[in-house]
Amino acid sequence: MSATSKSPWILHYDASSCNGCDIEVLACLTPLYDAERFGVINTGDPKQADILLITGSVNDQNKNVVKQLYDQMPEPKVVVAVGICACNGGIFRECYNILGGVDTVIPVDVYVPGCAARPESIIDGIVKGVGVLEERRAAMKEGRK
Amino acid sequence: MDDILFMMVFPFIVAVILLVVKNDRARAIVSEVGAAVIIIASVWVAYSYLGKPQTFEISSETIDLLMFAIEAILGLVVIYLGVKYKKYAASVLGLVQLIMSIAFEFHYKEGIEVERGLYIDDLSILMILIIGIIGSLICVYAVGYMRDFQAHAEGKDRRPWFFFLLFVFLSAMYGIVLSDNLVWMFFFWEITTLCSFALIGFTKTEEAINNSFRQLILNLIGGISFLAALILLADQEGILSLAELLATPDVEAAQWVLVAVMLMALAGIVKSAQMPFHTWLLGAMVAPTPTSALLHSSTMVKAGVFMLLKLSPLLCGNVGGYMVMTVGALTFLLASMAAISQSNAKRVLAYSTIANLGLIVACAGVGTPEAVWAGVLLMVFHAITKSMLFLCVGTAEHHIGSRNIEDMDNLFDRMPRLALIMMLGIAAMFLAPLGMLISKWAALTAFVDPSNPLCILLVGCIAFGSAVTGFYWTKWLGKLACTAMNRDNVEKTVRPQEWSVLGALAVLVVVVCFGYPLLSDWIVVPWIEGAFGWDPSVSILENDNMYLLLIMMAALVLMFLPFFGRSKTKTVPNYMSGVNIDNDTYEGSMGSTVSVSLRNWYLEGWFGENYIGRAGEGITAIVIIAGIALACAGWVA
Amino acid sequence: MSNWMLLCFALVFVVLAPFAGCLLAGVDRKISARMQGRQGPPIAQPWYDVRKLMAKESNAPNRFQDFYVACYLIWIVITGAMFFAGMDLLLVLFTLTLGEVFLALAAYCSGSPFAQVGAQREIYVAMAYEPMVLIMAIGFYLFMGGDDGGSFRVIDIAQSSEMAIVPMLGIFVGFVVILTMKLRKSPFDLSMSHHAHQDIVRGVATEFSGKTYAMMEVSHWYENIMLLGMVALFFQNGGWTGFVLGIVVAILVYLLEIWLDNGFARMKWQTAIKTGWVAALILGLGNIAVLLVMA
Repeated sequence: MSATSKSPWILHYDASSCNGCDIEVLACLTPLYDAERFGVINTGDPKQADILLITGSVNDQNKNVVKQLYDQMPEPKVVVAVGICACNGGIFRECYNILGGVDTVIPVDVYVPGCAARPESIIDGIVKGVGVLEERRAAMKEGRK
Repeated sequence: MDDILFMMVFPFIVAVILLVVKNDRARAIVSEVGAAVIIIASVWVAYSYLGKPQTFEISSETIDLLMFAIEAILGLVVIYLGVKYKKYAASVLGLVQLIMSIAFEFHYKEGIEVERGLYIDDLSILMILIIGIIGSLICVYAVGYMRDFQAHAEGKDRRPWFFFLLFVFLSAMYGIVLSDNLVWMFFFWEITTLCSFALIGFTKTEEAINNSFRQLILNLIGGISFLAALILLADQEGILSLAELLATPDVEAAQWVLVAVMLMALAGIVKSAQMPFHTWLLGAMVAPTPTSALLHSSTMVKAGVFMLLKLSPLLCGNVGGYMVMTVGALTFLLASMAAISQSNAKRVLAYSTIANLGLIVACAGVGTPEAVWAGVLLMVFHAITKSMLFLCVGTAEHHIGSRNIEDMDNLFDRMPRLALIMMLGIAAMFLAPLGMLISKWAALTAFVDPSNPLCILLVGCIAFGSAVTGFYWTKWLGKLACTAMNRDNVEKTVRPQEWSVLGALAVLVVVVCFGYPLLSDWIVVPWIEGAFGWDPSVSILENDNMYLLLIMMAALVLMFLPFFGRSKTKTVPNYMSGVNIDNDTYEGSMGSTVSVSLRNWYLEGWFGENYIGRAGEGITAIVIIAGIALACAGWVA
Repeated sequence: MSNWMLLCFALVFVVLAPFAGCLLAGVDRKISARMQGRQGPPIAQPWYDVRKLMAKESNAPNRFQDFYVACYLIWIVITGAMFFAGMDLLLVLFTLTLGEVFLALAAYCSGSPFAQVGAQREIYVAMAYEPMVLIMAIGFYLFMGGDDGGSFRVIDIAQSSEMAIVPMLGIFVGFVVILTMKLRKSPFDLSMSHHAHQDIVRGVATEFSGKTYAMMEVSHWYENIMLLGMVALFFQNGGWTGFVLGIVVAILVYLLEIWLDNGFARMKWQTAIKTGWVAALILGLGNIAVLLVMA
């Protein structure tokens, strides 16, 4: 394991979540789950983030925001969609303003279903994301050679 | 001696020529050639008299009478102008001064001859170089600047009068630093006051006239104080020569000499815009920028500190010194604080000038060789750097249409070369290892002296003053450094005279930063040795520190090389919560476009100039009055 | 002490300080986590973070930002090296200011609102602590004997036979007070907090990514070690006792800062300047007065 997998920093974006998943994301940082054990930091800054964690479905208002945040993150980077809404739009799927899951706007690497997603599964998703991150880093290194 | 007389008279001749020349091209040629000759003459004089201090036998009844006549006429003019513009205070002070000078000329001065009217020593040489080189560069800059200025101005072209004043002013400055005869020195002193008065009021707007009269009134107080000192010296001791005055063996024993010295110091305090008289320099900022650069950074105010540095051997460890150092230290602290609350670039520079002069004044008041060394170097660094900054602001003002620092956002995009020069200037004002900081460091070291009863005041003022200084310069520097938005480059129309002068000053800043050990060894230390009988083996900044500074400077220069290279880094827009359109604008609610505007901190509630200024004026006025009263009462140390 | 010896100290600092600083940061995070009832990351976490940041793609809002941050790092390293080589304390402090200004410029140059607000707060806090820092240097000078034989040189202070802490207790306390600001710890972490989710995102560091951010982290390691060195300087008496005591007290002071960091919410900016200046006025200048009387 390289250092990349030991320090996944997260950018959490609430697309149009009902706040259920958001609360669970924050719960990951509480003493009970303590995601910082794995070096996770919930940074608010895309420029320093490795994993983009999105809760809620994407709509017309925020699709550009999601794209921009994704673009501002430096490679290697991974997107984790948390909750069923982020995965495919969930119960809001048919709403007039909803585009659907996050993958309608940016490529998603890990899907964490649930309504709301449980902290255990969120952490699990992050760890899966770390695996992808590791692959990407290796690929980047390869490409640089 | 002829070369010195030539140097003094030549600017005056140029001035008279410029008064009659009306054509733009001719004016440019005359000023440029004149400036070149002045620079060459100054360097020549400096070269030939360096390390050879001497006095010159020159005295004549005619010169004295001529000077008196000019003084009387100018006095009448002042009284007339005061009445015309309803500034009666100026008239009254003018009248007082006129009466005093008549009394002095026909009563007190009788029988006192100063045979050796002129002198030159290493400090004068330094001043000559400052006046000659920086002063003339500013005059050249003014040619280009005033052309733009006239294009914006309405009414009749009064530029001949402007250039006449600039060059007369240079002559008068030479007079101040070379006259051993105090009466002559006083004459030149008054000429600089009046030149400055006319230059501040140049635009004849209501604000300009008010401010010019404020300058006049305050400087007349200084003039009267100078004249009172002359009367006292003539009456009590029969001395009218600076050298004889400085040779007073025990100034504490000669009470009235001390009072006279303090009155002269008061004149110096006024001229160097110390609190409580600092408002004249702030008001002077309405004048065209070359005036601010020439009078209010490099020359006229330097006459004030020159006087104080000259007198410093007599001020060491007595009530005069305590008065001067308290005024200087408090001015340094309070003016630096007031600078924080200013967004007008020229006012920031004005406050910073007042503050730095305060530091020099404090050094002169301490009066130990180490302190005076620091003071002299501060004076040199400040003259070069500050004039450069003033000229930068002038150029920026003509091209971005504002002298407000808040409007200098992204100057790095819009006027890259100018921004770089300005950043160099600002860095040289407060950052290690550059000029001002070296001397500030030396000043700090000199101030920490347990035998000085006011040590704690000085230490406190410099510690807090330096902290606030860093704040107001860095926030300005930050504004300039910003390169977020791709704005159009607007510096293509800057006139070549302006570029060459700014470039020359920038080179001078760098050269002096690297060359200050030589400056110190060749000019400053020999002068202090002579004036103080000081053992130069006790160096102020230890040698290894000096080398270290030079290495640091070299490192700093090298670091800037990558500036000109290309980088492989990917450019991404700033983070603005994901809603920015570009770095200039972002998407607001309901699809609106909102533009970004960033503003600095001014901390008006804490450092507002009214509040700080009042406090400073009150305290320093009390200090000055108490100091002189104590000296008159015979309490000297 | 010979110049070679001093040069060795400087080299030791340049080589070892990042490791010590990294360790300190790791311990800091661990203890903070324990104070919050969490397990916390491994001690080597800051090391992993920086390694990861180095491996990331570099991007920046303009081509000057990286340059300014590099200058910041270089000047901080030089500052620390000069301090541990026993050079003039005032020069050390002035060089530190130079480094700080480069950091502020790095933040200013992007034109990012968050970074600029951070930069302004950074220099504002610098204004709050600067008087106390300068007064500390002056205090050491007076402690060393004022006019005759007074010295600003760190090596002379370190080799003096008495501990400076006794006559300089007030200055020491004042320095510890402003150390909270210098270490950017709560309640005075105005410009940039190392805790996530703050009002101005990452403050000064908002636009730093990858290697740039790593450089800033490493500078902080260097800076923290140097600041603790200054704390230890108060206890040097030229022998082993002073050396050990200095290190112990420096560690205790850092623990105190961790406790403050976790125990206090951020205070208003007004409080920062009041705290810094009152400390400088009363503790600093008061102590200077005592030293002057003793001299």
